[in-house]
Amino acid sequence: MGELAIQAHGLGKRYFIGERQRYKALRDTLAQSMSAPIRALAGRARGSAGSKHRPEFWAIRDVSFEIEQGEVVGIVGRNGAGKSTLLKVLSRITEPTAGYAMIHGRVGSLLEVGTGFHPELTGRENIYLNGAVLGMPKSEIERKFDEIVEFAEVSKFLDTPVKHYSSGMYLRLAFAVAAHLEPEILLVDEVLAVGDAAFQKKCLGKMSDVARAGRTVLFVSHNMEAILNLCQRTILLERGTVSADGDTRQVIESYLKGVMESASIPLAERTDRKGNQRLKFTGVTVVDAVTGEPLPQPMTGQAIKLLLHYRSSDGRPLRNVHVSMPIHGMYDEKLFHLASNTSGSDFEEVPPEGTFECFIPRLPLQPGRYTFNVYSRVGADVADWVQGAGILDVAPGDFFGSGRLPPANQGSVLVEHRWQVSAPERLFVLSGDPGL
Amino acid sequence: MAVDELVPVSVAEAAKGRSPRVVVIKPTRGWHLVDLREMWNYRELIYFLTWREVKVRYKQTVIGAAWAVLQPLAMMIVFLLFFNKLAKVDSGNVPYPVFAYAGLMPWQLFSRAITSAASSLVNDRRLITKVYFPRIIVPSASVLAGMVDFAVSTGLLVVLMVIYGVNPGTSLLLVPLVLVLMLVTALGVGFWLSALNAEYRDVAYTMPFLNQFWLFITPVVYPTSLVPERWRLLYGLNPMAGVVEGFRWAVTGVGPLPWQLMAMSAVVGGAIFLSGMAWFRRCERTFVDVIGSGG
Repeated sequence: MGELAIQAHGLGKRYFIGERQRYKALRDTLAQSMSAPIRALAGRARGSAGSKHRPEFWAIRDVSFEIEQGEVVGIVGRNGAGKSTLLKVLSRITEPTAGYAMIHGRVGSLLEVGTGFHPELTGRENIYLNGAVLGMPKSEIERKFDEIVEFAEVSKFLDTPVKHYSSGMYLRLAFAVAAHLEPEILLVDEVLAVGDAAFQKKCLGKMSDVARAGRTVLFVSHNMEAILNLCQRTILLERGTVSADGDTRQVIESYLKGVMESASIPLAERTDRKGNQRLKFTGVTVVDAVTGEPLPQPMTGQAIKLLLHYRSSDGRPLRNVHVSMPIHGMYDEKLFHLASNTSGSDFEEVPPEGTFECFIPRLPLQPGRYTFNVYSRVGADVADWVQGAGILDVAPGDFFGSGRLPPANQGSVLVEHRWQVSAPERLFVLSGDPGL
Repeated sequence: MAVDELVPVSVAEAAKGRSPRVVVIKPTRGWHLVDLREMWNYRELIYFLTWREVKVRYKQTVIGAAWAVLQPLAMMIVFLLFFNKLAKVDSGNVPYPVFAYAGLMPWQLFSRAITSAASSLVNDRRLITKVYFPRIIVPSASVLAGMVDFAVSTGLLVVLMVIYGVNPGTSLLLVPLVLVLMLVTALGVGFWLSALNAEYRDVAYTMPFLNQFWLFITPVVYPTSLVPERWRLLYGLNPMAGVVEGFRWAVTGVGPLPWQLMAMSAVVGGAIFLSGMAWFRRCERTFVDVIGSGG
């Protein structure tokens, strides 16, 4: 057994519901402290302590694991499973409520790319400032300065304030500083990583460099392929606790199986939902958009409607309702997002019970198995949110009107398109008008 | 408490710092002051954040650091006209311009330090929600950055002293002590306000009022001798009273050393400093959770 890099023992982080609001006003606290003695008395009269009434929520709870030096470990789990909270605790950004962790060596994380950059300062000044923020001594920054500048390709603009940089230059410089930190332990939260595909690729490349150099990497991601490629071992978090820890392939399989299993439970019976439940989804059906017949398996290219049945908790109409349905692929990766506010606008008022209809003129999915979430907001608050709410099985169909589909390994989403070639004089229309 | 008892001996030993490369992350309880060793390890960050404040302060201004002189000069002229000439406030044996300017220097440092410290955590929330370092560095850097303005404004003080023939002599030896007292007070108030503002944004709205109120109870425009004898002790509860009178005495050498006022201020200033630090350290556990993400 090698040297340990990270030891976590019974880590827990508790939030009080409502604590993560943007800020408190003093008068609320004053009002609370005025009424606290009264509530405490009332509580005692009822036989319970008044102060225990605040609803609490454990973002992570009783999380234990050991990671050896040089291991590359993936962390997977659904949104809200506690992945980001775990990284925040391990990088000391927030304190755990219970348990402890021991970290052996310098920790760096790619989630802090560009933090500490000040727009008014020049590139040169920001390199020093950012380096210091990330924990690099000045001597180390000076030693690596030329390397950083070269890596970021900004040497011409070193003495220009970074507010005049293009966003690409800004990211390159920020990443260059973070990449030269040479941490012994690297924490990466892909969910929080920003930037375009090329930049994300650079991050992944940096990660495998770090891993190859025998350092320890903890990688949070929704990208199962990246996890499969990079990590031998993976930890699965479910509702804040470790539910599987071991060989990546097995853990991912059991994770995806879990997604499918819970997705096959009827929506109305699901208990793993978030939100205040002022609106509750009771079921989803897929119907043919023309005939209205329910479809067990819609076809690629078919005109369909997704029907989201709901009920309000108090039997009254609801105002300002937002509904959305993100569609996920077989690795639980996000494919696209169907949201009421992007395709049109949110609903000003909806009846106490009814059905949201989402019309998809031509289903742009390759044959296969997909899952979806359902999400709704009433006013500013999340009303109902179920991840992996159901399965969408898609049967082969004709999307392009050409009778042909691309090979299955060329991605899951189809996009309407046509090709043509132009010569100086004439135009040739080469391929299928989909015949709308 | 049960959690602490579960920690095996090796962890407790590591926590005491026997193995410098091991960091132990666990819930902290009770009241703590700063970990001096950790602050020493982060000394470069203190320097860089202070330097950033200084660099950024006068960016995109035409006259730059001249503002550090212009502001107290303008105030001094206003005070001279309205308080000295019209309201006949008597500054004793010290020429009023020197009197007012020497009072304004520590006052403006203090006022600006607490204003920028109060909003410092919130302004730097992108930093503190993304990377760990001792959070107390943030308001400290805001306060320390004010020292540069202070140093710049010293130039005009020297000019005024030459013009009005003020020769302080050995009383100048007291200047370092007064500066320490001034910094300790400003840091203490800065710790309190920044920690409170992280949770209650009401603080931001009270700052203009707090500044004005505090200026009235500080002997900047008028000498302490205007305050009736029996109220002096109460007056001295304002640590800035001792700082301003002490600084003025140190740079003019006129009259008796206001040692009672200064001693009182030192005690109160020290108490604010220590309590502010302890309060800050207690609140910092949840800063990230209450401050909201910076996006």
